[in-house]
Amino acid sequence: MRMPRLTALLTATAVFTTALTLAASAAEVHVLNWKGYGADEPWAVAAFEKATGNKVVNDFFNSEQEMLTKIRTNPGLYDVVMINAAFNDQAMAEKLIQPIDTSKLPNYADISKDKASSPMLDHDGKVYGVPWVWGLTALAINEKSFDKPPTSIAEMWDPAHKGRVVIRDDAVEAVQFGAIATGQNINDIKDMDAVKTKLTSLMPQIKTFWSSENDWNQMVASNQIDIGTYWSGSADRAKTHFKLPVSLVIPREGAVAWLDAFSIPVGSKNVEGAQAFINWMIDPKFYVEWVTKVGAPVSANTKAVEALPEDAFNRKVMGDPEVAKRIQFQAPITDAQREAYLALWQQLKVDVK
Amino acid sequence: MAVEGAVASRSGLRSALPLLAPAYLWLTVAIFLPLSAMVFFSFMTDLPLSGKPWAFTLGNYAAFFSQSLYLTLLLASLRLGLEVTLWCVVIGYPAAYVLAKVLKGRSREAIFLLVILPFWSNGLVRIFSWAMVLREGGILDTALNAVLPFKINIDLMYSYPAVIIGLVHSYVPYMVLTCYLTLQAIDDSLIEAGRSLGASRLQVLKRVIIPLSMPGLVAGAALIFVPVVGSFMEPRILGGRTGTFYGTVIEDQFVAVFNWPLGAALSFILLAVVLVILAIASPVLRRAA
Repeated sequence: MRMPRLTALLTATAVFTTALTLAASAAEVHVLNWKGYGADEPWAVAAFEKATGNKVVNDFFNSEQEMLTKIRTNPGLYDVVMINAAFNDQAMAEKLIQPIDTSKLPNYADISKDKASSPMLDHDGKVYGVPWVWGLTALAINEKSFDKPPTSIAEMWDPAHKGRVVIRDDAVEAVQFGAIATGQNINDIKDMDAVKTKLTSLMPQIKTFWSSENDWNQMVASNQIDIGTYWSGSADRAKTHFKLPVSLVIPREGAVAWLDAFSIPVGSKNVEGAQAFINWMIDPKFYVEWVTKVGAPVSANTKAVEALPEDAFNRKVMGDPEVAKRIQFQAPITDAQREAYLALWQQLKVDVK
Repeated sequence: MAVEGAVASRSGLRSALPLLAPAYLWLTVAIFLPLSAMVFFSFMTDLPLSGKPWAFTLGNYAAFFSQSLYLTLLLASLRLGLEVTLWCVVIGYPAAYVLAKVLKGRSREAIFLLVILPFWSNGLVRIFSWAMVLREGGILDTALNAVLPFKINIDLMYSYPAVIIGLVHSYVPYMVLTCYLTLQAIDDSLIEAGRSLGASRLQVLKRVIIPLSMPGLVAGAALIFVPVVGSFMEPRILGGRTGTFYGTVIEDQFVAVFNWPLGAALSFILLAVVLVILAIASPVLRRAA
């Protein structure tokens, strides 16, 4: 009785493994990205698969470090990887990603010039990353708690919001936020003590440290917070998709800006499929649908942004030249800096216990 | 005589080998090898798979002593482990007693099922359900305010008590199970004998039941204390501003900055401290058991 069952189980396992191996050999595009970040939208994947005959296999990461580890430890598995421009340098230096032939990407010509020529993505005239979307780490407010939206970052320190402030549990973001609050350049922080003092005085205000969009939205939905750091695309998504009383505030002191780009890992087995997928992702048609259905950051493709309605947040506010003057794009940081930031951040978290 | 004994034990080992082999093979592959790799990593300056040059160093262990941060957090985690263990004893032991000595048949099975039930749900699901219960305007707050004549404000979410509640809930079944096994093994006639010789219920509990069930209490406490000291998920989600512990700092080293060597070194320091605590406690515990 036992043995046949065991044999059956083994056979089933064998068949399953073979099926998996067979499936892997079909025209597949393995994509590595944040979960719920455009590339895994079912409607987009279905349309892409229908148009190109490639099958999309999504895989996800929870931090940039995890993303790098996944490409390092699985060479040849991924065809497309979404890399924050500030990490592109490191990925290229470690020979994890390959140059991209942009002539195969018809939509590449419409990428805004300042993004396409970003020194973070272009090395020696070769393109290692195709700019996809950019956004801000700014403030977002619970509309129920404010009569009119605040304009200054100082609102986070207002005793009226004690215990109703959130900040992301991320050392780099926290330190750069502290740099903005103390009027410094986020990529060249001269006075670290000022940042530390500023953040120390913020800690007693804080309710919790958020780590995912879901955390933030849950806390607003149950009216537990007033204000906190948030990503522009997420704030837009919270408002359009989840109908939450959230609005983004770009404080007059400035905000941290980031640029996300697509790269092709070294050893990709389907470079053609990867190019097709990246081209699909920067296409205005996909972008408009993404913004309308789900809510998204700002496309790096100028035509895609122009395809949005005049009063769309991503066109009106994010495209405002006044905003452009205030924001500071994140540049690459060294491992030593990152560890120093983490040490500072952990110390702050321990001191507040 | 001695030779005979040796032969007997050797043949005993031979027949036991096929039974032991799968478990030992599994332990070697799944625990011993990764753990040795981690020991190796903890003495390195950088990971070989990051593609950068690396060398051997003691710096990762020195980092623990160079900053007061890690020691503070380690003490906080040990305190957390003690408190959670204590609450598990307070809640789990009486439950185990009732299960072993009072309830019989169907009702015992039903209660047993309720105790085991948390084990069958995913840890994250349990924590997020607590989040719904504990927050301001959550289930506990609303329910109490609906019943009580006066207004109270319960917002336990993102606090130290929330971490304790979440961890106790996750680990109390260990205490119930280990205590149940030893309590059930106590012969009822011993209790009856004590009572008939004039001992009060309290005396019977103190002189008969607790000493005889001590092995279960000790095993349960060890099973709970060790993982709680290194816990990171519950403090991170339920603890909010106060949720930084030794375990969360180790997690940060692995996930946030990709500094596996330091993370590994911190983990082994924790392991060493826990082993020292268990070693110091073991003579006391053995006597008690």
